[in-house]
Amino acid sequence: MSDVQIQQFRDQIQTAAHANTVLSIEGGGSKAWYGNPNTHEKLLTSSFHGILDYQPEELVITARAGTPLSTIEAALAEKNQMLAFEPPHFGGHATFGGAVSAGLAGPGRISGGNLRGYVLGTRLMDGQGHDLSFGGKVMKNVAGYDVSRLLPGSLGTFALILEASVKVLPKPAATASLRCSISEARALTVLNEWAGQPLPLSASCWIGTGDTNTDGELTIRLAGAIAAVHSATALMKTTLGASELDPATADVFWHNLREQQLDCFHDLGGDEVLYRLALPAICPAIQFTGFSSSAASHKRILEWHGQQRWWYGPGDAATQAKVKAKAIEHGGHASCFRVGSHGVDQRFTLLSDQAHSKALVAVQNQLRKAFDPSGVFATGRLP
Amino acid sequence: MMNTVAPPPDLLEIQALQAKLVAALKPILAEDGLLWEPEDTIPYECDGLAAYRRMPLAVALPENEAQVSCILQICHAMSIPVVPRGAGTGLSGGAMPISQGLVLSLAKLKKILDINPFTRTAVVQPGVRNLAISEAVAHLGLYYAPDPSSQIACTIGGNVNENSGGVHCLKYGLTLHNVLRVRGILMNGEIVEFGSLAPDAPGLDLLSIVMGSEGMLAVITEVTVKLVPKPKLAQVIMASFDDIEKGGNAVAAIIAAGIIPAGLEMMDKATTRAVEEFVHAGYDLDAVAILLCESDGTPEEVAEEIGRMTTVLEKAGASGIRVSENENERLRFWSGRKNAFPAAGRIAADYYCMDGTIPRRHIATLLLRIQEMEKKYSLRCLNVLHAGDGNMHPLILFNGADADEWHRAEEFGTDILEACVELGGTITGEHGVGIEKINSMCVQFGEHERELFWGVKRAFDPAQLMNPDKAIPTLNRCAEYGRMRISGGKLPHPELERF
Repeated sequence: MSDVQIQQFRDQIQTAAHANTVLSIEGGGSKAWYGNPNTHEKLLTSSFHGILDYQPEELVITARAGTPLSTIEAALAEKNQMLAFEPPHFGGHATFGGAVSAGLAGPGRISGGNLRGYVLGTRLMDGQGHDLSFGGKVMKNVAGYDVSRLLPGSLGTFALILEASVKVLPKPAATASLRCSISEARALTVLNEWAGQPLPLSASCWIGTGDTNTDGELTIRLAGAIAAVHSATALMKTTLGASELDPATADVFWHNLREQQLDCFHDLGGDEVLYRLALPAICPAIQFTGFSSSAASHKRILEWHGQQRWWYGPGDAATQAKVKAKAIEHGGHASCFRVGSHGVDQRFTLLSDQAHSKALVAVQNQLRKAFDPSGVFATGRLP
Repeated sequence: MMNTVAPPPDLLEIQALQAKLVAALKPILAEDGLLWEPEDTIPYECDGLAAYRRMPLAVALPENEAQVSCILQICHAMSIPVVPRGAGTGLSGGAMPISQGLVLSLAKLKKILDINPFTRTAVVQPGVRNLAISEAVAHLGLYYAPDPSSQIACTIGGNVNENSGGVHCLKYGLTLHNVLRVRGILMNGEIVEFGSLAPDAPGLDLLSIVMGSEGMLAVITEVTVKLVPKPKLAQVIMASFDDIEKGGNAVAAIIAAGIIPAGLEMMDKATTRAVEEFVHAGYDLDAVAILLCESDGTPEEVAEEIGRMTTVLEKAGASGIRVSENENERLRFWSGRKNAFPAAGRIAADYYCMDGTIPRRHIATLLLRIQEMEKKYSLRCLNVLHAGDGNMHPLILFNGADADEWHRAEEFGTDILEACVELGGTITGEHGVGIEKINSMCVQFGEHERELFWGVKRAFDPAQLMNPDKAIPTLNRCAEYGRMRISGGKLPHPELERF
């Protein structure tokens, strides 16, 4: 069965290569809105599914690209393990291959690291229909270039992911979530100070407004050994006057944050954009006057101890440029993560806009050619 | 012994090329920054894998990034290959010179440029030693987590190029997981940056392809590393097993119990005996295998984890369990593991260190196979393993003065690597392919994968001048290798023309 499907993928890719057409790879379509839009013919992976190898003591799961992400997570949960980078689903049909290809991570990213760091190996089909395997199922592997780790975040513009092997971790022995009222500036200070100490800080989220004088709501998740979580809980209660959330409420909160389903993540107006700012740890609360007063009243959401920030604002080119400039001023970058119905086509910062990356444009173009000489996957979803 | 090396080109031709190169580089480097007399360049003829040697045309020792860029531009224009080199501690010949090429040593770029306790990062030049980073930030209660055995000497630039791990990488990750940004120079002299202090930029992540690229894509001039809080306490359990399989299964059982130890290492009986003579750590000399399981964190965390690990080890059939009672004892328990290499050097004239990785559940299988291979090749082998990662370091003992012994040791090593691939693993976990394992790449990868590796190489270095001839074998080379090792009557890669 799988051989038949692989041959079908190959046929579709080789046909497209001969006809000089482009294929847009899609798993469950849950993240079809992410990246620059395109209207190319689809290559669908959802029928190519199934967990191929999962042995808890190896801390690795190998599955086909079309496997529902929820199936993977359920299999891991049964053995008390998890994907530590907490990939967002953004819809019920999210697939494993789609999660790898999008390269997105949830609240646990600040402590557990990004998705890329967990990818151990992939089986790919390149733009000529070659069936290729890179990396493997073992933790340490430096045989050949680490091609597998080029795939996370490539949004299907490199190669078709057939299978992936991803490192998993045991669930922590204990978790606790606490909440308090605090200003953006103070929240950023305490989070970064604590992150430099041996504390079991697993995730954080601050929600407030752009008005830096008013307090917002900070939620912290602790995870680790029972004793460590217990003593850190006490510390945070005394230092911040934080109160502990009951486990069910906490689970719902972190899930809804990951899925952008909290009330503060509202539906976008036609001309509106949800900006994602990625910033270095040192970045303070940002004063930004580029939004109109109505947009300024929208909530700002900070995750990853302030390294990932979500702002709602107008999507016009001038505002976009101002947001990007602000992020660059602080040593980071900004993208149009979600855009309203009248959205722009160019959602990511171009490599050529980044000071020391200009020379990499040629490298990137040649890399794409090596994987995909006829441009079968050149959807332009990613610049 | 050196069947992988092309015959030396004409001497006069080399001398002319050397004169041209020296004349071009002299004006841009300090007086002591360029070496070309054989007595000066001989220390650079090999790296940590001394069996593979070659003399370069010259050795350049730049002091800053601008000089590195200039050197690369000059060599690019003259079509002279460049072999970047850190401390030269690599174990796979990745820094072995090219006869008609330049060795570019980054040893003089050894400044720590910035330490930021608030962002928990340090910006360092490539020639900074791994351990020097942790030493420089110790007063802040921070350290740099990856700790390869050679950390006292190896440099961060080399670590990035090998994606080095170490004893603690099971819990704290490899170089890849602990580096945020790398600044480097392409072969054409252009300065580029990979990664960012800001997490997860949208777009292709070229940082990951530079990690472990064995000096073949870019010369690294600056690295921003992540620092992590130093644990308050560490304790280690030393568990003995009277059976290899029980020991191997205990490793899997600890992981299956949901524990990620700070370190999980294994030594076989031959190793224990060799090191005990050397370090007097009090190892159980009757044990067939010894496991070292470390826990770190707050005192409460450590007590909790040591308790859980002890239960698992007892259930797995450990014949003896000792927990370090103080820091001195902990270091003593570790001393044998850390001194396995010098101990091997003490009991044999030479040793050949392998680096395959396999799924944890096959540890015992591979160790038993190695025992068979010892008989087949009439050579002894000590086995030390990063068991938690399934990364094996068999040390094959031989006498280098005896050509036949070296040949048998090489064959022995190749057999081990092929067994690793067969068991679902890889030929190198952390030492790199270099020149040493280049033939084994033909076993691990097919023709199209290798062609894509070349595509990656050409994307960064179209002229193929940066450390060429390493790590990625050509199609012809694999055909040649296949001809030499026909296994089970079947010719590997029957699709290829034979030469």
